[in-house]
Amino acid sequence: MNERARMLDQYASRVYKNRKDHVLQLEDTPGVPEITANTRTVPGIITNRGCCYAGCKGVVVGPLKDCCVITHGPIGCGFYSWGTRRNKAAASEGGQNYIPYCFSTDMQESDIVFGGEKKLKAAIKEAVDIFHPKYIMICSTCPVGLIGDDVHAVARQAEEEYGITCVGFSCEGYKGVSQSAGHHIANNGLMKHIIGTGDKRPAGKYSLNILGEYNIGGDGWEEERILKRIGYDIISVFTGDGSVEAIQNAHTADLNLVMCHRSINYVAEMMKSKYGTDWLKVNFIGVGATIKSLRDIAKYFGDPDLMARTEEVIADELAAIGEDVEYYKNRLKGKRAGIFSGGSRSHHFQALLKDLGVETIIAGYEFAHRDDYEGRDVIPQIKEDADSKNIENLTIDADPELYKTRYSDEVMHALREQLPVDSYPGMIPDMKSGHIVVDDYNHVETEMLLKLYKPDIFFSGIKDKYIIQKSGVPSRQIHSYDYAGPYAGFKGAVNFARDITMSITVNAWGLIVPPWKSEPMLEGALTGGGE
Amino acid sequence: MLDLTPKTIYERTALRINPCKTCQPVGALYAALGVHRCMPHSHGSQGCASYHRTFLSRHFKEPAIASTSSFTEGASVFGGGSNVKTAVKNVFDIYDPDIIAIHTTCLSETIGDDVNSYISDMDIPDGKLVVQASTPSYVGSHINGFFNMMCGFINYLTEKTGSPNGKTAVFPGFINPGDMRELKRLLSLMETPFTMFPDTSAVMDAPMTGKYEMYPAGGTTLAEIKALGDCSHIVALGRITSVEPAELMKKKFKVPYTLLPLPIGVAATDSFITTLSKLSMRDVPAEIEEQRGQLIDILLDSHPYTHEKTAAIYGDPDTVLGLAEFCLEMGMIPKYMITGTPKEEFTKQAQALFAKYGVEGCTAKANADLFELHQWIKNEPVDVLIGTSYGKAIAKAEDIPLVRAGFPILDRYVHSYLPLVGYVGAMRLAELITNALMDRQDRDCADEDLETVM
Ligand code: SF4
Ligand code: SF4
Repeated sequence: MNERARMLDQYASRVYKNRKDHVLQLEDTPGVPEITANTRTVPGIITNRGCCYAGCKGVVVGPLKDCCVITHGPIGCGFYSWGTRRNKAAASEGGQNYIPYCFSTDMQESDIVFGGEKKLKAAIKEAVDIFHPKYIMICSTCPVGLIGDDVHAVARQAEEEYGITCVGFSCEGYKGVSQSAGHHIANNGLMKHIIGTGDKRPAGKYSLNILGEYNIGGDGWEEERILKRIGYDIISVFTGDGSVEAIQNAHTADLNLVMCHRSINYVAEMMKSKYGTDWLKVNFIGVGATIKSLRDIAKYFGDPDLMARTEEVIADELAAIGEDVEYYKNRLKGKRAGIFSGGSRSHHFQALLKDLGVETIIAGYEFAHRDDYEGRDVIPQIKEDADSKNIENLTIDADPELYKTRYSDEVMHALREQLPVDSYPGMIPDMKSGHIVVDDYNHVETEMLLKLYKPDIFFSGIKDKYIIQKSGVPSRQIHSYDYAGPYAGFKGAVNFARDITMSITVNAWGLIVPPWKSEPMLEGALTGGGE
Repeated sequence: MLDLTPKTIYERTALRINPCKTCQPVGALYAALGVHRCMPHSHGSQGCASYHRTFLSRHFKEPAIASTSSFTEGASVFGGGSNVKTAVKNVFDIYDPDIIAIHTTCLSETIGDDVNSYISDMDIPDGKLVVQASTPSYVGSHINGFFNMMCGFINYLTEKTGSPNGKTAVFPGFINPGDMRELKRLLSLMETPFTMFPDTSAVMDAPMTGKYEMYPAGGTTLAEIKALGDCSHIVALGRITSVEPAELMKKKFKVPYTLLPLPIGVAATDSFITTLSKLSMRDVPAEIEEQRGQLIDILLDSHPYTHEKTAAIYGDPDTVLGLAEFCLEMGMIPKYMITGTPKEEFTKQAQALFAKYGVEGCTAKANADLFELHQWIKNEPVDVLIGTSYGKAIAKAEDIPLVRAGFPILDRYVHSYLPLVGYVGAMRLAELITNALMDRQDRDCADEDLETVM
């Protein structure tokens, strides 16, 4: 039995039937194998998934610093998504920063029985009176949809009454099968109500949006620093350290960069249809990946000066970290890692681990879709099921005034040959024969994998961090970076290398077994009687 | 930090800002983790369970297992019966617990799922058990969830055989495993045979052995919960957290109870020890008296640094009441006391404390939030904040030292292993609070005033 078979062997037949297509062991065969993803979790399985609200409020909308995000629902959801995702943000000059605040309608039983719209309206009024925000976002939780509160109508009314921008999101937790539905709903809301409403023109010659960058541990700041050094104008970041004010002008950028494909590819696609903006899949996690991404961006614009400047910056940044990377590489070479993240990180971090000589033998996602694993070419083959049909798919037409394309079809064709323009090959092609890929990974499978592979380090989230650690395997949280970072770009690579070396080598690992359990005790008794 | 908080207080009725409570299920989950070989099960969409497990893991730095019914839209419309039945089957199959403790979420509550009747329709393997508690998140707080789950276990499992077992049942309240260990130590020293329920020690503070155990050694056993009805007495700690299960036990099984405050500080620990002494008809052993004496010694030694210092205390109702009384014993003034849990009993108890110690100008409020507390502090500051991690932004904004105590503490290590209850816990609290105030004095004083001996 190979590892995959042994993993699945523990299940009774009905669970086995469900799980078997979510678990792949890669083989030496041509082509990318098919995986089942984005389907319902088996009830009772201790999954790592969250819900639609977590994807909408927690991931995409929550990090917008200049808007007051009100969670409409009972207290829990708002409370748990308060300050827990490390999407760092600093107020822009003269701007407001709501990130340290948690706003909720704290629905009570009477609101559930008689409807919560009245309370939501009152909450908006109070927010306006106290904070005078320019933007308010409303995120719905489970009961809101069930009792039929119309958050969109309330939002429209608030816009009229207070002359502000107010957007409602119907991101009730039960929608879809995971956080993923919430990303989609959030993307739709931003596209419908925010993007394209500003009229500030770019200041620089080449301007960019960074999509799917949530500034965990300051990653986005590190990316911006490097890109600005080269000379790019960053119009907006979705949504780490992001602001509605900036995102309103996103449509004026020359090119969209996509970091987290899962959470934001909808915006990239919709902007392509509406404004003609091309998008490029980038990865700033890893030295090699960062260099490639920087070169790709320059190549897209095709300006020799820009390319030269890109090389200068790369050389300079590399020189600054070279020695450190070599040092850690020597200590980490030959180690093997497992990584389970929500969406794109499992792919992104493989590049960085590889730079450090660490092979990723186990990888998986909480809530990815087949295209995140197999590449976007499979999208036409993905069958819609009832759960995904419940999430609105916007039909986007080209904007008659703003739609523009940079290149002719022939040029684009040539560019596509060399660059990941409007495309993403997925994670699996970067993995090797024997490696394991698991979708919607769960507790028992994680335990099994630890036993079967004995990896040197395992990256996951807080829910299984201590399970992994208690099993004797060093574990680091890859969603929150264990409160460290940034891990992006050149300097980030060194931070990461240092942190994982620390976790693998910390002296406490050698102290687990008490000496009286590993040493013969006879000696003690003998010396006791001496002299 | 928190730059947008204005000084002018605005009476809010609808908008909760920076809450000081959370939802019922997380309390229910914590209670269920304190039962040996129990799998907590969240009936609703998997997002809730994910948040609750995350949150408990962040406080305890330990795994917090729980399964979920994983609702999608269909289940939300047609009811979660089939989801929970499949879930229970799978949980017994895969994780093999002795018992599954189901709690509801606001989703299953809103659609009106009758979990009780689902359970009676289930195929439960021989020797295994399923219990449930209704824990709607739009009522009360995580404190309600904690005691509702205790009631769930009692309703389903507890029996009265008629032959008393001579034990005292101890309901410890919503406290850390380190606190539970300290209570157990005191109970043993008092030679009181007891059952503590729930008991998260050795579950949420299990040792590192290199081998992961899904069901660690600790937790109240099912036999013990069953036999609660045969206990001769209940000591229920936490006037707000433990009253409901105690009442239930009295109503159903006629087991009398003594309701006491959480034993934080001298007087509250005294009541605990006195009660035990009466129940077990034993003298208080020298070891306990010695520790009490050490504590008083500490309070007298350090009082110049704590006398009339003001504190803002926030968190769970019984914890806040306990911390406030201990502050009063140290000569401090608990100027502001808030809890997010909507229980007016909290304010009543707080007023009683103010009267007992003759302090004036203090405010206590239930169903309050940290935004409001911050506004009060902006208008009239205090010397120290005592409470959960969520007050750290106020501490930074107003440059006030913060002593972390209660639930949740997400940004520090070790706290959950060491007690706040009992005389030993009070010593630790005295150290934390006094040191915070003394560090502050050192930091703020002029160079020529810096003292090596204090
Ligand atoms: S949906 Fe309800 S039970 Fe779930 S986290 Fe939110 S408040 Fe808590
Ligand atoms: S990397 Fe994962 S957790 Fe992070 S935003 Fe993307 S999908 Fe979400």
